[in-house]
Amino acid sequence: MKRDEFLECMAWGGTGVVYGLTNHGLIGRSLADASVKPLSAATRTFVQISDSHIGFNGKANDDVIATFQQAIDKINALPVAPEFVIHTGDLTHLSKPDQLDTVKQMLGTIKTGAFYAVPGEHDVINDNGDQFFKLFGRGNSQRWFSFDAAGVHSLALTNVVGITKGGILGRDQLEWARADLAKQSPDTPIAVMAHIPLYAVYPDWGWTTDDQSELLDMLRRFDSVTVLNGHIHQVLSKTDGKITFYTAASTAFPQPAPGSAPKPGPLTVPAGELAKLLGIRTVNIVEGSHQIAVVDESLAKQN
Amino acid sequence: MKLLLALALAASMTASATAAKVEIKDYAFQKPSITIAAGSTVSWTNQDDDPHTVVADDKSFDSMGLGQGDVWSHTFTKPGTYHYHCGVHPFMKGTIVVTAVTKHV
Repeated sequence: MKRDEFLECMAWGGTGVVYGLTNHGLIGRSLADASVKPLSAATRTFVQISDSHIGFNGKANDDVIATFQQAIDKINALPVAPEFVIHTGDLTHLSKPDQLDTVKQMLGTIKTGAFYAVPGEHDVINDNGDQFFKLFGRGNSQRWFSFDAAGVHSLALTNVVGITKGGILGRDQLEWARADLAKQSPDTPIAVMAHIPLYAVYPDWGWTTDDQSELLDMLRRFDSVTVLNGHIHQVLSKTDGKITFYTAASTAFPQPAPGSAPKPGPLTVPAGELAKLLGIRTVNIVEGSHQIAVVDESLAKQN
Repeated sequence: MKLLLALALAASMTASATAAKVEIKDYAFQKPSITIAAGSTVSWTNQDDDPHTVVADDKSFDSMGLGQGDVWSHTFTKPGTYHYHCGVHPFMKGTIVVTAVTKHV
């Protein structure tokens, strides 16, 4: 993507890291370096939150309910309520009934048109997700589903059940996705949500999905594909042809950069630094185009 | 109490049966491989603030989620080699080798 194309597609207000995305690819830069003006075209918005880990009680964050509440407050303070909110997994830390209950009640206070969730491995730890899908699955405890909202066709996938290395989608889900995507026109913007990254972020830590290539091959005929993942508690992105991947910040605690520590896990940072590493993500779709602006905003108070 | 009873029973049946402990710490089973006599009980304790599980690769046992400080025990009655992993972090692997008990006359 050339710089002039970037400027054309990218002019966005807000705080945090700003990305511009067209069907040619993505460039990201810190807002601090950019002079931004609002996009004039009509946009539609949805929000991604991730890895709230309700029930976590460790050094990395002694009050995950408070930080999750801050994330909710931030969503509720958006100038226009998002058309939907998607939580990309690890809603709870141990999928205990009281943890699921707390998170469900808190999610119920978000001002949005619809709420969707895909599970993380922490949500399916004891029962392969039976409780989770009863609470958050579509229809009759469906473990994967698609929906049309905010101008995009979204696939909400499960890749955390029965994992042995990285994430796993499985034959049934892949065949369902093939049939679902076959009905879509190539110019329909596609979003794919799943907890574990759908590209090889760091396989040694299981930060990849074992059978992702089959899904990605199905997505290549579309003009614009946005893949939204959680699991790794940090914002990363990568472009592969017309597919762009974004991992999300957690609302609970950060994790080390890939390979920067002996093992993944909750990262304890100095007091005052935590809120800067937690956040929410707004996805803005310019109507009638393939232009999508993905804005990550931290929970730190802005001056 | 159940565990104590199981241990007592195991001990009375086989003189060589013992109790072994495996700490789960820093995203690793701190004794990746241990050898025990049939009838022995292994206890896993999770020291991390991330949950872990102890799941046999062949699914023959499963601790379910262990929070920080949780302990889970399993008694191995049949000789064999049992490979296991953490269901949340499958890169964490361990092995229990269960040897046949030699009966003393």
